[in-house]
Amino acid sequence: MKKIVISGLLLSLLAACAPNPPKPVPPVDTSAADAAAKKAAEEEAARKAAQKAADEAAAKKAADEAAAAAKKAADEAAARNMLPKEATSVYYPFDVDAIQDADKPAVQAHAKYLADHANVKMHVEGNADERGSNEYNLSLGQRRADGVKKMLELGGAKSDQVDAASLGEEKPKAVGHNEEAWSQNRRSDMIYK
Amino acid sequence: MLLRMLLSVVMLLQAGMAAAVLDIEIIGAGENQIPISIAPFGGDPALAREINEVVRGDLMRCGLFRLIDASDEQANTPAAVSYPRWRERGADALGLGKINRLPTGRVEAQFFLLDIVKQRQAIAEVSTVNAGQARALGHHIADLIYENLTGSKGIFGSRFAYINRLGSNFRLLVADSDGYNEQVVLARSSPMMSPAWSPDGSHLAYVSFENGHAAVYVQSLLTQQRVLVANFPGSNSAPAWSPDGRQLAVVLTRDHGSQIYTMRPDGSGIQRISFSDAIDTEPNFSPDGQSLIFTSDRGGSAQIYQMSAQGGTATRLTFGEGANFSPRYSPDGKSFVFTHRVNGKFYITTQDFQTGQMTILTEGGWEKKPSFAPNGKLILFASEGRGRGILATVSSDGRVKQQMFTQSGDAREPVWETRR
Repeated sequence: MKKIVISGLLLSLLAACAPNPPKPVPPVDTSAADAAAKKAAEEEAARKAAQKAADEAAAKKAADEAAAAAKKAADEAAARNMLPKEATSVYYPFDVDAIQDADKPAVQAHAKYLADHANVKMHVEGNADERGSNEYNLSLGQRRADGVKKMLELGGAKSDQVDAASLGEEKPKAVGHNEEAWSQNRRSDMIYK
Repeated sequence: MLLRMLLSVVMLLQAGMAAAVLDIEIIGAGENQIPISIAPFGGDPALAREINEVVRGDLMRCGLFRLIDASDEQANTPAAVSYPRWRERGADALGLGKINRLPTGRVEAQFFLLDIVKQRQAIAEVSTVNAGQARALGHHIADLIYENLTGSKGIFGSRFAYINRLGSNFRLLVADSDGYNEQVVLARSSPMMSPAWSPDGSHLAYVSFENGHAAVYVQSLLTQQRVLVANFPGSNSAPAWSPDGRQLAVVLTRDHGSQIYTMRPDGSGIQRISFSDAIDTEPNFSPDGQSLIFTSDRGGSAQIYQMSAQGGTATRLTFGEGANFSPRYSPDGKSFVFTHRVNGKFYITTQDFQTGQMTILTEGGWEKKPSFAPNGKLILFASEGRGRGILATVSSDGRVKQQMFTQSGDAREPVWETRR
């Protein structure tokens, strides 16, 4: 939908930039009336020239904006195409499995990519810090991974594109009995297969 | 290949032994230690020495005995013993005997325990084992002594299983109660957890991540043959055997959320028995097989609950500050042990079913996954020492503590054999 809106905008801007047709030049007269008319004509020409300059400036500004918007759209598209190369992680507070607001756009971007690429599959792996039994942490990690899978599906991914598993506390990214390590281990990884 | 291990007891330093896999330290002691002497055994010198060391090591480590030196005792039969001499030395009991290698290759022990106070023979037994099982004979003798003098069944002849993690290499191991005779059940470069003994000690159920997610396997310790019994999408975990060995309780996430199911040990006959929208995990059967205790966060934090082994309404058992995990019934079914987390530390804790009284047995730290020894007198758990995951035991009265250090890597997820 967004793409179509951008295309429409580009078309109207292209029309605005098209050169104006040549205008007929009025004949020269030496009478006062002619002088007055000439003055009026000159004033009209000046006004037109100013208007034209203003129009051109506005058009250029719009064109620049359109170019910037197009570039941004292209960058975004490129970024989406880049996604499969990079695993993305989302992080959680202690004993929490809800995806945090800050991580939602990233999950939604993956959902969009998966929706646009039905042949691509993703593995979501939930992890937990060590503050719980190993089995409880396995369950917590699974709940985290299942939550990511659900958001991906709500964003358009098909159920069979995403599988969710847990490693619990068994494969910590960071080792140590401190929040610095724990915060890295409370995590779901989105990994393209 | 079986790895030889060193038993190193702080109070009983044995020179000349090397290649420890589990290195054992004792902390604390029972209040009323029984003074006992074990005379050097006669017969085959090497076997006699080996078995004698096993017996003394077992008695020393359990914390209930005080060993009085008997290295000068020459007697191998009760008739040759002077009771007054041992009374004078302060021993309540004296063990003695002979170890012979039979023509068949089997090893025979003739063992006697003398009650020095009453001046009579308390035990006279002849046992034989296959060659290569000499240590088992030592554990058997220690169990006889323990049972005679304490009235509780011995546990020295029992085994435990645990996971050794070294970098990204994981091994599921089974060892004798003193850490010797270690067998590698499975080695993988992916995590393993939650080993569970079949009631007859012949099989282990466990969780392995070798297929990229947690799946439950059952493996024979005799044939090493294994069966993948639960491999549904998501996680399959927390296996627990029913006391008759006919059922496994497992935790599956296949129907959304961690819920408890029962199945036959071959994976057939799956039935869901818990119905909550919370995490329900770590089921453990009562000794009579009628109930399950398990961990659930249905009340907001992880707590211990109990329900019928057929499912139905669950009753919350633990309350108060903190969270609680990994419950297991005591062998007599009167209490349960679990790990209690409060103020950032985990404590090995028991709770009496009747009174609801909670007893913290340890000083706290990274203490997880407790399980009772088959006689209910000791609790094995995962702890931490020298910056590594180690195994530890605490007596059920909290008085005697032991730490067992692996030679390398972390020891995790220990579980004592349930066979009694």
